[in-house]
Amino acid sequence: MKFSITITLKKDVLDPQGKVVQNTLQNLNFKNLKNIRQGKYFEIEVNNDDQKDVEKKIDEMCKKLLVNLIIEDYKINKIS
Amino acid sequence: MNSTVIVFPGSNCDRDIAVALEKMQFKNKMIWHKETKLPKSDLIVIPGGFSYGDYLRSGAIAGKSLIINEVIKVANQGCLVLGICNGFQILTETGLLKGVLLRNKNLKFINKDVNIKVIDNNNKFLKKYKNNQILKINIAHNEGNFFTNKDHLKELNEKKLIAFKYCDENGEINEDSNPNGSIDNIAGIFNSKKNILGMMPHPERMIDNLVSNTDGTNLFSSLLN
Repeated sequence: MKFSITITLKKDVLDPQGKVVQNTLQNLNFKNLKNIRQGKYFEIEVNNDDQKDVEKKIDEMCKKLLVNLIIEDYKINKIS
Repeated sequence: MNSTVIVFPGSNCDRDIAVALEKMQFKNKMIWHKETKLPKSDLIVIPGGFSYGDYLRSGAIAGKSLIINEVIKVANQGCLVLGICNGFQILTETGLLKGVLLRNKNLKFINKDVNIKVIDNNNKFLKKYKNNQILKINIAHNEGNFFTNKDHLKELNEKKLIAFKYCDENGEINEDSNPNGSIDNIAGIFNSKKNILGMMPHPERMIDNLVSNTDGTNLFSSLLN
């Protein structure tokens, strides 16, 4: 089974990289840009058919290492 | 005093801190991160550098290394722990210190001597400094922008857990004297028991007038008594 994890900065955490990307896109004439936030993306493949168990394990991976819960939020999605 | 410096792949201030500790008469040992036992230590130092190339987040991988479990254990028993720069980032990733160090507000790696003010000297690390004393100490980091939640900030202020704040040469603490965007200009903090200090500036670089100044010396001599 394959899962994706998308990690984003919490809404009240300053994201200077996202701001710079936004400014640059505006300089490239992409108008009407409202807001850009930069994040991280992981794809994880697991040898296990028990979807509930895998989701639990991936959630644990997020909490233990992949995500800093003070500043980041995450979403887990099944890809295949 | 026995000190131990933890060395990770990518640590690059480990030898500097060892020189500083030995100059101040600490009996120092260097310990590789794969070790599972710590020598008997009165002080553990987590040095600056770029452990694991700052992969994932600064300090995230080192914060889960084998030796860190031992550091957490002795820190909770009251052993003195000092985290400098990447060491501070690692301590926040382990949870021994609350808060987080974000990317510098200006997105630039900053390497310069800055002024910091001693906020509270009523602890083992800073007792040889005076309150409000201004020190000139080097900073060299990309992620030094300290951030934490309101409750922790309140706790830091009420329990006097702020060690240093960035200031200008006259001691003014304001946005102009804040190099990296840290909340309230915070440059270093203690845990609630004040046996753990995390700081972004590098006191080990300020122990000799030949290369810089000696503003960092008193941090080490405070610990000796």
